[in-house]
Amino acid sequence: MSDHPVKISIQQEQFDIQAETEFLVKKSPNAGALVSFSGICRADDTLSALELEHYPGMAESQIQKIVDEALAKWPIQGALVIHRVGKIAVGETIVLVAVTSAHRHAAFDGANFIMDFLKSRAPFWKKEYLAEGGEGSWVDAKESDEDALSRWDQNADRTNS
Amino acid sequence: MTKLLYFSWVRERIGLASEERDIPAEITSVEQFLNWLSQQGDQYENALTDAASLRVALDQTHVTADAPLNGAREIAIFPPMTGG
Repeated sequence: MSDHPVKISIQQEQFDIQAETEFLVKKSPNAGALVSFSGICRADDTLSALELEHYPGMAESQIQKIVDEALAKWPIQGALVIHRVGKIAVGETIVLVAVTSAHRHAAFDGANFIMDFLKSRAPFWKKEYLAEGGEGSWVDAKESDEDALSRWDQNADRTNS
Repeated sequence: MTKLLYFSWVRERIGLASEERDIPAEITSVEQFLNWLSQQGDQYENALTDAASLRVALDQTHVTADAPLNGAREIAIFPPMTGG
Protein backbone atom coordinates (compact mmCIF):
# COMPACT_ATOMS: atom_id res chain seq x y z
CA MET A 1 0.00 0.00 0.00
CA SER A 2 3.05 2.19 0.03
CA ASP A 3 2.14 3.77 -3.31
CA HIS A 4 -0.87 5.47 -1.71
CA PRO A 5 -0.25 8.99 -0.48
CA VAL A 6 -1.29 9.00 3.18
CA LYS A 7 -0.83 11.84 5.64
CA ILE A 8 -1.76 11.55 9.30
CA SER A 9 -1.16 14.47 11.61
CA ILE A 10 -2.12 15.16 15.20
CA GLN A 11 -1.38 18.78 15.97
CA GLN A 12 -2.34 21.78 18.07
CA GLU A 13 -2.09 24.30 15.25
CA GLN A 14 -4.92 25.29 12.98
CA PHE A 15 -4.47 24.31 9.34
CA ASP A 16 -5.49 25.40 5.84
CA ILE A 17 -8.12 22.96 4.56
CA GLN A 18 -7.78 24.11 0.96
CA ALA A 19 -3.97 23.79 0.92
CA GLU A 20 -4.12 20.37 2.58
CA THR A 21 -6.71 18.92 0.18
CA GLU A 22 -5.02 20.43 -2.89
CA PHE A 23 -1.77 18.80 -1.82
CA LEU A 24 -3.54 15.43 -1.50
CA VAL A 25 -5.02 15.79 -4.99
CA LYS A 26 -1.60 16.70 -6.39
CA LYS A 27 -0.17 13.54 -4.80
CA SER A 28 -2.99 11.44 -6.34
CA PRO A 29 -2.33 11.82 -10.08
CA ASN A 30 -5.19 9.56 -11.18
CA ALA A 31 -7.81 11.01 -8.86
CA GLY A 32 -11.14 11.96 -10.34
CA ALA A 33 -12.78 12.49 -6.98
CA LEU A 34 -11.95 14.19 -3.70
CA VAL A 35 -14.25 13.89 -0.69
CA SER A 36 -13.39 15.83 2.44
CA PHE A 37 -15.11 16.09 5.80
CA SER A 38 -14.37 18.79 8.36
CA GLY A 39 -15.55 18.49 11.94
CA ILE A 40 -16.07 21.89 13.51
CA CYS A 41 -16.40 22.98 17.13
CA ARG A 42 -20.13 23.72 17.12
CA ALA A 43 -21.53 26.93 18.58
CA ASP A 44 -23.75 26.24 21.54
CA ASP A 45 -25.35 28.56 24.11
CA THR A 46 -23.25 27.28 26.95
CA LEU A 47 -20.01 26.27 25.23
CA SER A 48 -16.94 28.47 24.69
CA ALA A 49 -14.31 25.92 23.72
CA LEU A 50 -13.38 22.26 23.64
CA GLU A 51 -10.19 20.71 24.87
CA LEU A 52 -9.00 17.59 23.07
CA GLU A 53 -6.79 15.09 24.88
CA HIS A 54 -5.14 12.17 23.09
CA TYR A 55 -2.97 9.13 23.70
CA PRO A 56 0.26 9.95 21.83
CA GLY A 57 1.51 7.02 19.81
CA MET A 58 -1.69 5.00 19.98
CA ALA A 59 -3.73 7.78 18.37
CA GLU A 60 -1.42 7.83 15.33
CA SER A 61 -1.27 4.03 15.05
CA GLN A 62 -5.06 3.64 15.38
CA ILE A 63 -5.67 6.20 12.65
CA GLN A 64 -3.12 4.43 10.43
CA LYS A 65 -4.93 1.15 11.05
CA ILE A 66 -8.30 2.69 10.13
CA VAL A 67 -6.84 4.22 6.95
CA ASP A 68 -5.24 0.86 6.03
CA GLU A 69 -8.64 -0.84 6.43
CA ALA A 70 -10.24 1.74 4.15
CA LEU A 71 -7.46 1.25 1.58
CA ALA A 72 -8.07 -2.51 1.67
CA LYS A 73 -11.85 -2.11 1.32
CA TRP A 74 -12.15 0.44 -1.49
CA PRO A 75 -10.08 1.52 -4.52
CA ILE A 76 -8.90 4.65 -2.73
CA GLN A 77 -5.86 6.52 -3.98
CA GLY A 78 -4.89 8.75 -1.10
CA ALA A 79 -6.04 9.70 2.38
CA LEU A 80 -5.46 12.55 4.75
CA VAL A 81 -6.40 12.75 8.43
CA ILE A 82 -5.57 15.84 10.50
CA HIS A 83 -6.83 15.81 14.09
CA ARG A 84 -6.24 18.73 16.39
CA VAL A 85 -5.58 18.50 20.12
CA GLY A 86 -5.50 21.08 22.89
CA LYS A 87 -7.88 24.00 23.22
CA ILE A 88 -10.23 24.53 20.26
CA ALA A 89 -12.53 27.54 20.12
CA VAL A 90 -16.09 27.53 18.76
CA GLY A 91 -15.97 27.75 14.96
CA GLU A 92 -12.53 26.20 14.62
CA THR A 93 -11.91 22.95 12.77
CA ILE A 94 -11.22 19.91 14.97
CA VAL A 95 -10.69 17.25 12.33
CA LEU A 96 -10.23 16.94 8.57
CA VAL A 97 -10.62 13.65 6.70
CA ALA A 98 -10.03 13.69 2.94
CA VAL A 99 -9.93 10.81 0.47
CA THR A 100 -9.13 10.69 -3.26
CA SER A 101 -10.17 8.00 -5.73
CA ALA A 102 -10.74 7.56 -9.45
CA HIS A 103 -14.52 7.71 -9.04
CA ARG A 104 -16.74 9.22 -6.38
CA HIS A 105 -18.17 6.20 -4.52
CA ALA A 106 -14.86 4.95 -3.12
CA ALA A 107 -13.98 8.45 -1.91
CA PHE A 108 -17.40 9.00 -0.28
CA ASP A 109 -17.43 5.57 1.37
CA GLY A 110 -13.78 5.72 2.41
CA ALA A 111 -14.09 9.14 4.05
CA ASN A 112 -17.32 8.11 5.80
CA PHE A 113 -15.75 4.87 7.08
CA ILE A 114 -12.58 6.61 8.35
CA MET A 115 -14.66 9.25 10.13
CA ASP A 116 -16.96 6.69 11.78
CA PHE A 117 -14.03 4.68 13.15
CA LEU A 118 -12.12 7.79 14.17
CA LYS A 119 -15.03 8.78 16.43
CA SER A 120 -14.98 5.71 18.63
CA ARG A 121 -11.74 3.81 18.00
CA ALA A 122 -9.08 6.50 18.00
CA PRO A 123 -8.01 7.53 21.53
CA PHE A 124 -9.18 11.15 21.77
CA TRP A 125 -11.36 12.69 24.50
CA LYS A 126 -13.25 15.97 24.48
CA LYS A 127 -13.78 18.26 27.44
CA GLU A 128 -16.21 21.16 27.26
CA TYR A 129 -15.43 24.66 28.55
CA LEU A 130 -18.42 26.81 29.42
CA ALA A 131 -19.15 30.34 28.20
CA GLU A 132 -19.89 31.42 31.77
CA GLY A 133 -16.33 30.46 32.71
CA GLY A 134 -14.66 27.53 34.31
CA GLU A 135 -14.26 23.98 33.21
CA GLY A 136 -17.21 22.00 32.00
CA SER A 137 -17.27 18.27 31.83
CA TRP A 138 -16.02 15.42 29.69
CA VAL A 139 -18.20 14.69 26.68
CA ASP A 140 -19.89 11.27 26.94
CA ALA A 141 -19.54 8.83 24.08
CA LYS A 142 -22.76 8.49 22.07
CA GLU A 143 -24.36 5.14 21.47
CA SER A 144 -25.18 6.33 17.94
CA ASP A 145 -21.44 6.56 17.24
CA GLU A 146 -21.00 2.94 18.26
CA ASP A 147 -24.02 1.95 16.13
CA ALA A 148 -22.46 3.75 13.17
CA LEU A 149 -19.64 1.20 13.19
CA SER A 150 -21.86 -1.88 12.94
CA ARG A 151 -23.36 -0.81 9.64
CA TRP A 152 -19.94 -1.26 7.99
CA ASP A 153 -19.98 -4.96 8.91
CA GLN A 154 -23.22 -5.56 7.04
CA ASN A 155 -22.21 -3.28 4.22
CA ALA A 156 -19.51 -5.69 3.00
CA ASP A 157 -17.27 -4.61 0.22
CA ARG A 158 -19.02 -2.44 -2.26
CA THR A 159 -17.02 -2.28 -5.39
CA ASN A 160 -17.91 0.76 -7.28
CA SER A 161 -17.63 2.69 -10.44
CA MET B 1 7.70 -2.60 36.16
CA THR B 2 4.69 -1.82 34.02
CA LYS B 3 3.91 1.65 32.77
CA LEU B 4 0.32 2.66 33.51
CA LEU B 5 -1.31 5.52 31.61
CA TYR B 6 -4.57 7.27 32.48
CA PHE B 7 -6.61 9.59 30.28
CA SER B 8 -9.59 11.94 30.53
CA TRP B 9 -11.59 11.62 33.76
CA VAL B 10 -9.70 8.48 34.76
CA ARG B 11 -6.54 10.64 34.86
CA GLU B 12 -8.33 13.39 36.79
CA ARG B 13 -9.83 11.04 39.38
CA ILE B 14 -6.59 9.12 39.99
CA GLY B 15 -4.67 12.40 39.99
CA LEU B 16 -1.87 11.06 37.78
CA ALA B 17 -1.25 10.87 34.02
CA SER B 18 1.11 7.93 34.35
CA GLU B 19 3.04 5.84 36.83
CA GLU B 20 5.19 2.69 37.05
CA ARG B 21 3.90 -0.27 39.04
CA ASP B 22 4.87 -3.82 39.87
CA ILE B 23 1.84 -5.94 39.07
CA PRO B 24 1.64 -9.11 41.21
CA ALA B 25 2.31 -12.30 39.23
CA GLU B 26 -1.11 -13.74 40.10
CA ILE B 27 -2.84 -10.92 38.21
CA THR B 28 -3.15 -12.35 34.70
CA SER B 29 -6.19 -10.75 33.04
CA VAL B 30 -7.35 -7.20 32.37
CA GLU B 31 -10.33 -7.75 34.66
CA GLN B 32 -8.13 -8.91 37.53
CA PHE B 33 -5.77 -6.00 36.93
CA LEU B 34 -8.59 -3.42 37.15
CA ASN B 35 -9.86 -5.06 40.30
CA TRP B 36 -6.37 -5.04 41.85
CA LEU B 37 -5.68 -1.43 40.85
CA SER B 38 -9.00 -0.26 42.30
CA GLN B 39 -7.76 -1.49 45.72
CA GLN B 40 -4.66 0.74 45.65
CA GLY B 41 -6.36 3.72 47.28
CA ASP B 42 -9.52 5.80 47.41
CA GLN B 43 -8.76 7.73 44.24
CA TYR B 44 -8.24 4.45 42.32
CA GLU B 45 -11.46 3.02 43.67
CA ASN B 46 -13.26 6.22 42.69
CA ALA B 47 -11.82 6.18 39.17
CA LEU B 48 -12.30 2.48 38.47
CA THR B 49 -15.57 1.69 40.23
CA ASP B 50 -17.64 1.60 37.05
CA ALA B 51 -15.74 -1.02 35.04
CA ALA B 52 -18.34 -1.00 32.25
CA SER B 53 -17.45 2.57 31.37
CA LEU B 54 -13.71 1.89 31.17
CA ARG B 55 -11.65 0.93 28.13
CA VAL B 56 -8.21 -0.67 28.29
CA ALA B 57 -5.33 -0.81 25.83
CA LEU B 58 -2.36 -3.15 26.23
CA ASP B 59 0.76 -1.87 24.48
CA GLN B 60 -1.47 0.55 22.56
CA THR B 61 -3.95 -2.07 21.30
CA HIS B 62 -7.60 -2.12 22.39
CA VAL B 63 -8.54 -5.20 24.45
CA THR B 64 -11.58 -6.55 26.29
CA ALA B 65 -11.78 -7.25 30.02
CA ASP B 66 -11.19 -10.99 29.58
CA ALA B 67 -7.93 -10.46 27.65
CA PRO B 68 -4.74 -11.85 29.23
CA LEU B 69 -2.17 -9.25 30.30
CA ASN B 70 0.53 -11.26 28.52
CA GLY B 71 3.34 -9.29 30.06
CA ALA B 72 2.22 -5.98 28.54
CA ARG B 73 4.76 -3.23 29.16
CA GLU B 74 2.22 -0.40 28.87
CA ILE B 75 -1.37 -0.49 30.13
CA ALA B 76 -3.69 2.43 29.42
CA ILE B 77 -7.08 3.01 31.07
CA PHE B 78 -9.59 5.50 29.68
CA PRO B 79 -13.30 6.17 29.14
CA PRO B 80 -14.99 5.51 25.76
CA MET B 81 -13.34 7.68 23.12
CA THR B 82 -14.93 10.89 21.85
CA GLY B 83 -12.72 12.05 19.00
CA GLY B 84 -13.62 13.47 15.64
